[in-house]
Amino acid sequence: MSQYPRFLPVGDRALSVELGDSISEVTNRRVHNLSREILRLVAPGVLDVVPTYRSLMVYYDPLSISYADLTSRLGEMEGSLGEGETVAPRLVEIPTIYGGEYGPDIGAVAEHNGISEEEVIRTHSGTDYLVYMMGFLPGFPYLGGMSERIATPRLQTPRPSIPAGSVAIAERQTGIYPVESPGGWRLIGRTPISLFDPGREPPVQIEPGDYLRFVPVDESEYADIQSRMRAGTYALATRPMGRSL
Amino acid sequence: MRTIEVIKGGALSTVQDLGRYGYQRYGVPVSGALDQFALRVGNLLVGNEESDAGLETTFLGPTLRFHFDATIAVTGGDLTPVLDGQPVPGWASLSVPQGSTLSFKGPRDGIRSYVCVRGGIDVPTVMGSRSTFTRSQFGGFRGRAVATGDMLPVADRGSDAPQSGARSLAPLTVPHYGRHHALRVTMGPQDDAFTTAGIDTFVASEFTVTPVFDRMGYRLEGPVIQHKKSADIVSDGTSRGAVQVPGSGKPIVLLADCGTTGGYTKIATVISADLPWMAQAQPGDTVAFRPVCLDEAHRALSEQEAFIASLRS
Repeated sequence: MSQYPRFLPVGDRALSVELGDSISEVTNRRVHNLSREILRLVAPGVLDVVPTYRSLMVYYDPLSISYADLTSRLGEMEGSLGEGETVAPRLVEIPTIYGGEYGPDIGAVAEHNGISEEEVIRTHSGTDYLVYMMGFLPGFPYLGGMSERIATPRLQTPRPSIPAGSVAIAERQTGIYPVESPGGWRLIGRTPISLFDPGREPPVQIEPGDYLRFVPVDESEYADIQSRMRAGTYALATRPMGRSL
Repeated sequence: MRTIEVIKGGALSTVQDLGRYGYQRYGVPVSGALDQFALRVGNLLVGNEESDAGLETTFLGPTLRFHFDATIAVTGGDLTPVLDGQPVPGWASLSVPQGSTLSFKGPRDGIRSYVCVRGGIDVPTVMGSRSTFTRSQFGGFRGRAVATGDMLPVADRGSDAPQSGARSLAPLTVPHYGRHHALRVTMGPQDDAFTTAGIDTFVASEFTVTPVFDRMGYRLEGPVIQHKKSADIVSDGTSRGAVQVPGSGKPIVLLADCGTTGGYTKIATVISADLPWMAQAQPGDTVAFRPVCLDEAHRALSEQEAFIASLRS
């Protein structure tokens, strides 16, 4: 019998459901399936769900549902999901302008890896990235799947301010800064998509469990999408993910 | 106008309610009052909903002028509140005539005081909550701590709406925070990442509150808590109350503004009923952790909830 799911109390108002101990797309898919199922069934007493790489944090009100009842309910839910997919994940296109003032470190990334800037763009935009989880900053996606061919160390001295939408690389990870913030990641481009806006409902454009594809755009497309984004008339290009795991 | 004018903002005064749930999966912290007991009781004493927004003030409190006849309660830490120079009793509702000024003369017990006003501070809700999250500049009053010249709107609950329930806490039930805090914890979720000696150090030692603290958490100083191998885990969820132990072996107790996820081992979690004592701690205070089982933590929570419920009727 598998040791998972494993339930761990986290204080008196939360518990962790572990579905594995390492980072894998298969485990993470199960995490997001269970997360969606919990949100869909909205068990009374469940306050919040936070899917992460290989586990979920479930916040609950112990006066409405006991720890024992909740864990048995979650165990059943997880069991009934089986191995298959409940919903095909979404593939979301992230229009991105690479290089120039938008991605001042693209030259350094190319040089570090001994390839051309065009090759960096082709490699970075040629993969679909899984949003394993969100955290660190509101709207920040932890992405998996970047090619080692463009892996580059962080800057020695972080920048005091990085514009919102910056697409960046740190070691073997890539990410998007959802809001302006300081940071030491290498900037290779920028998306006009506003990833986080507290005044919007929902405040985010992408969900944990989505796949992202960076699509190179030129300056005029960037400006066009940006103005439509600001006017609230831009709809993200999404489709169900074709491939199965 | 039902407004409170901020004459001086004080060290850190922010509008807070009970927090923002449902958005943690997007990386949005819960926020909300650090001492939830104080805010909830304060609200009940003035006839509000427990979840109404109040002003969380820190250390050196603000100076506030009321531009309407208000009913207020000042709860939480004792920062020596005075109304037009006259001492204000804590944990009790109080009529404040239009034009009066509330100020604070400095901390005597604890460091966070809550100013609850009948009607609640009526800032717009952001993601379902009025709590301020200053790091990302949203919620509360314009996403920031209040400052000189701000006019805080207060909702009108209707002056003739009957107020039921308690108007003050019985003296014996008023919390005293002190300078030494024995906090009950449930062990885990990553207590298995520590050696037996590490666990012993954690439960048997006294830790000191350092000056490195904010609404995200408190960094404590003390003997090194020994890990078996690594202080790093595959990042998972982090909650208020979590006692994180990074590679330094020195614990950090997380509070309401903490990130939603993190990659450090969490040896234990402070129980909800005891979190106010952590939130009221100041540099130089000592903290000890006492493990309890989950049942005991839930019993403590039920007792606290029963006490709060008794104030409603």
